[in-house]
Amino acid sequence: MFNILKLSTWAISGLFLVPLLFVFSSIFTVQFDVWQHLASTVLSDYVTNSLILALSTGLGTIFLGTYLAWIMVHYQFVGKTLLQWLLLLPLAMPAYIIAYTYTGLFDFAGPFQALIRSTFVIAPTEHVLPDIRNLAGASIMMILVLYPYVYLLARTAFQEQSSQYALVSQLSGVSKWSHFTKIALPLARPAIITGAALAMMESLADYGTVAYFGVSTFTTGIYRTWFGMGNLQAASQLASMLCVFVFILLVLEKHSRKHASRFQSRQGSNVRAKARTGKVGAGLFVLCLLPPLFGFIIPFAQLLFWAVVYFEQALLNDYLPLLKTSLTLAFISTLVIVLCALVISYSKRIFNSKRLAFLSQFVSLGYALPGVVIAVGVVQTAGLIDNSINEILLALIDYQPGLIISGGMGILIFAYCVRYLSVALHNTETGLERIKPNLDEVSATLGASQIKTLRKIHIPLLNTSLISASILVFVDILKELPASLILRPFNVNTLAVKTFELASDERLIDAALPAISIVFAGLLPIVILTMNLEKPKK
Amino acid sequence: MLNEFTQQSGIKVNLVTGKADALLTRIKSEGKFTPADLVLLADVGRLVRAKQMGITQSLNKDGAYALVDAQLRDEDGHWIALTKRARPIMYKKGSFDTSSISSILDLAKPEFANSICIRSSNNIYNQSLVSAMIELQGEEATLQWAKGLVSNFARTPKGGDRDQIKAMIAGECKVAIANTYYLGGMLASKDDNERKIAEQVGVLWHDQSADSQLPGVHVNVSGAALTPFSKNKAQAEALLSFMLSAESQKWYAEVNHEYPVIDGVELSPQLSSFGNFNAQNIALEKVGENNAKALLLMDKAGWK
Repeated sequence: MFNILKLSTWAISGLFLVPLLFVFSSIFTVQFDVWQHLASTVLSDYVTNSLILALSTGLGTIFLGTYLAWIMVHYQFVGKTLLQWLLLLPLAMPAYIIAYTYTGLFDFAGPFQALIRSTFVIAPTEHVLPDIRNLAGASIMMILVLYPYVYLLARTAFQEQSSQYALVSQLSGVSKWSHFTKIALPLARPAIITGAALAMMESLADYGTVAYFGVSTFTTGIYRTWFGMGNLQAASQLASMLCVFVFILLVLEKHSRKHASRFQSRQGSNVRAKARTGKVGAGLFVLCLLPPLFGFIIPFAQLLFWAVVYFEQALLNDYLPLLKTSLTLAFISTLVIVLCALVISYSKRIFNSKRLAFLSQFVSLGYALPGVVIAVGVVQTAGLIDNSINEILLALIDYQPGLIISGGMGILIFAYCVRYLSVALHNTETGLERIKPNLDEVSATLGASQIKTLRKIHIPLLNTSLISASILVFVDILKELPASLILRPFNVNTLAVKTFELASDERLIDAALPAISIVFAGLLPIVILTMNLEKPKK
Repeated sequence: MLNEFTQQSGIKVNLVTGKADALLTRIKSEGKFTPADLVLLADVGRLVRAKQMGITQSLNKDGAYALVDAQLRDEDGHWIALTKRARPIMYKKGSFDTSSISSILDLAKPEFANSICIRSSNNIYNQSLVSAMIELQGEEATLQWAKGLVSNFARTPKGGDRDQIKAMIAGECKVAIANTYYLGGMLASKDDNERKIAEQVGVLWHDQSADSQLPGVHVNVSGAALTPFSKNKAQAEALLSFMLSAESQKWYAEVNHEYPVIDGVELSPQLSSFGNFNAQNIALEKVGENNAKALLLMDKAGWK
C-alpha cells in the first residue's frame, strides 16, 4: 500500500514536471547580448511592476477576502443567502474581460463620462474620470476578480474554528477586536496566506489585463521577447526568472505555516452566526455587496446590455456546442486535478518526506507561469514523445502511427493539470493540515490501511477543502485561454477561446455573448457547490 | 468563407486558430506528423519567421503564387499575401490642420509635443512599421526619429488601435496611428457611439509627394504558407486560389475592411471613403527580417 501511494505520487509529479523542465532547460544557454539589452532597457520595469502588482494584489485580496469571510461566518442578516454565492461570482469573470469592460464604461464615450458631463456641463475635452489603465488600475482589476480565493479559504478556516475559542475570550474579558486579531486571525492565517499566494501567482501570470493597460511586467516581457524578437530561449529564461520569484514566495508561505501546528479541535460546536437586523444588518449587507458589485455585477450588467442589444440568434446557436466542450473539458480536468492533488498531499502527510515536499512545491510553480509558456513546454514534451514513439516503431515494425499525444484532448487536460494543480494542492494541503495526526494513528491502530483511512476519515473531513478546490479549478479552466488556444485539436473551440478571439480583435460587443456564457457556465458549479458548503455539519 | 469553399470544392477545411507564434511552435514540434497543411498569419513579420523556422515549403509557382504582386510574396515562394492593410496617420476632422504634416518623419518634431497616440511597441504592427523604416533609411535615422516620436507621446502607450482613435477624438492627442481596418470596422460598428466617433476621423496619407524623404505609407499584409510535410498539397493550393478569387477578396474588403491583393476588386464603402494612396516601395520580406532589430531599437528609444 505504501508503495503504490508513494509510487503514484512520484509518477504524477514527475510527469507534470517535464514541461516545466523544458522551460527551465533554457537557462543553460546564456545569451549575453540579449540580457545586456534587456537589463539596460526594460528589465527593471518588468521587475518593479511585477512586484508591485503581486504585492498589491496580495494585500488587497487579503483585506477583502478576510473581512468578507469574517462577516459571512459570524453574522446572520437579511440577504446573506444571496451573498453566499454572489461573493463567489467574480471568480467566473476573466480579469481581461473586466478590464475591457471597465475601460468601456469609463471611456470618453462611455456612460459614466457622458452622465457626468451632461449633469455638470463640462467641456467635452475635459477629463472627468481618472484613467484606470495603469498599474494601479491593473491591481484593482486583479483584486476584484481574485479576492474569492482568500474569501473561500478564510471562510472555511473561520468556520472550522470552535465557538469555544470565542467563549473563552469573552470570559477572559478580551474585546472582540482583540479576539479577532489575537486568536481568530492567527488561526486562520495559513488559509489566508495560501489564498493570497494563489491570487498573487495568478496576477503574475496574467497577460491580457496588463498588456491592455500598457503595464510592462514579466509576462508582457516574455511575450515580447518571444514573439517580437523571435527568441524563445530568452523568453524561457525570463519565465524561469519569474519562477524564482514565485519559488521564494512559496517558501515564505510554507515558512509562515511551519511552526504552527494548527489542528482544529473538533470538540464543541462550530461558530454560531449572530443575527443582526436593522441598520447594522443593512450595513453588513452593503459592506459585503461592494466587492461583488464592482467585481461582478457592474461589468456583468454591461456585458448583458451589449449581448441583449446586439443579440443574434445565429451567434447563440454557434455558442451552444462551445458551451458543451468547455464544460466537458473543465469537468474531466477538475476531477483529474483534484484527485492528483489529494494523492500528492496525502502522501506528503504520511511519508513526511522532504523530497516529496520539495517536488510538490516545484510542481506548484506551474500556476505562476503564463499559460502560453506552459503550453510551449507541453507541446515540446508531447512532440518529443510522439516523434520518439514513431521512430522506435519504425525501426521495430516499420510502422508509423503518427501523432498520438499531440493534437488530442488529452494534451489539453495535461496542460491544465500542470497549470492548475497548484490551486487544488493548496486547498487539500491546508485542509489536511487542519486534521490532527492522531486520527491517522487511531485509524492505524484499528488496523485500517492508509487508503482506507484516506477514504473513510480524511476525505469526509476534507469535504469543504475539496469543494473549494473543485470550484477554483473548474472556473479557472473555463476561463483558461493561452494553453487552450495553442493545444486544442482541430475544430475544437471553447468559450474562452471565442471570447478572446473577438475581444482581441477589439470587437468587445461581439465578445459579450460568449463572455456571458462563461459566466453562466461557471455559475452552475458555484451554486451547486456553495449549497454543499452551506449544508449543516454533522 | 471557408464554408463557401467547402461547398464549391467539396474539400473540408479543419481549423485551429490561436496566437501565431505559439501555433508555429506547435507545428514545428509536431514535425513531419503535423496535421496542418496551411498556416495563415497576420503580419509579414510572422510569415518570414515561419519561413526561418523551416516550417514552410515553396508553393507551386504557377498556382495561387502567380496571382500575387511580386512585392507581396516571398521570393522563394514560401508565402503569399492574402490581404493588405495600411497604417496611416489619423486626425480629427475639422480641428486639425492637415498641411502641418507631410511626412511621418514630421511626427518627431518638437511642435508635436504631447500630441501623438500610438499603441505599445509590443504590438507587431508597430514593429513592422519601424522595421520598414529601418530598411528604407537605416537604423541611426530611425532611432533618432523614434526617440523624437516617443518624446511626443501624449500618454504611455496603452490599449489597441481602436483605443488610440477614441483617445484622439476624446482630445487626449491630436493624431493617432492605426491600421485602416480598425477604422473601417468602427465605421461599420453595431455600436452607435463607436460609429459616431469613427465618423469624425480623417485619414491622412502622409509621404505622398514626389520629394518625400521616405515615400509612401507603411503597408502590411496577412498571408499564408504551406507546411513542409503537407499531405494535402493540391487541396491547400486550391484553398489559396479560392482566397485570392475576386469573390473572396471582395468578402475580405467588405467584412474585414482589408485591401485586396489582386486588381479589379471593389472596396467597401468605408475603405473607399479613405481615398487612394501610394504605399512604400519595399519588398515585404525585408520588413519581416528586420523585426527583431526594430524591437531592440524601440526599447532603446523608450517606446513602452
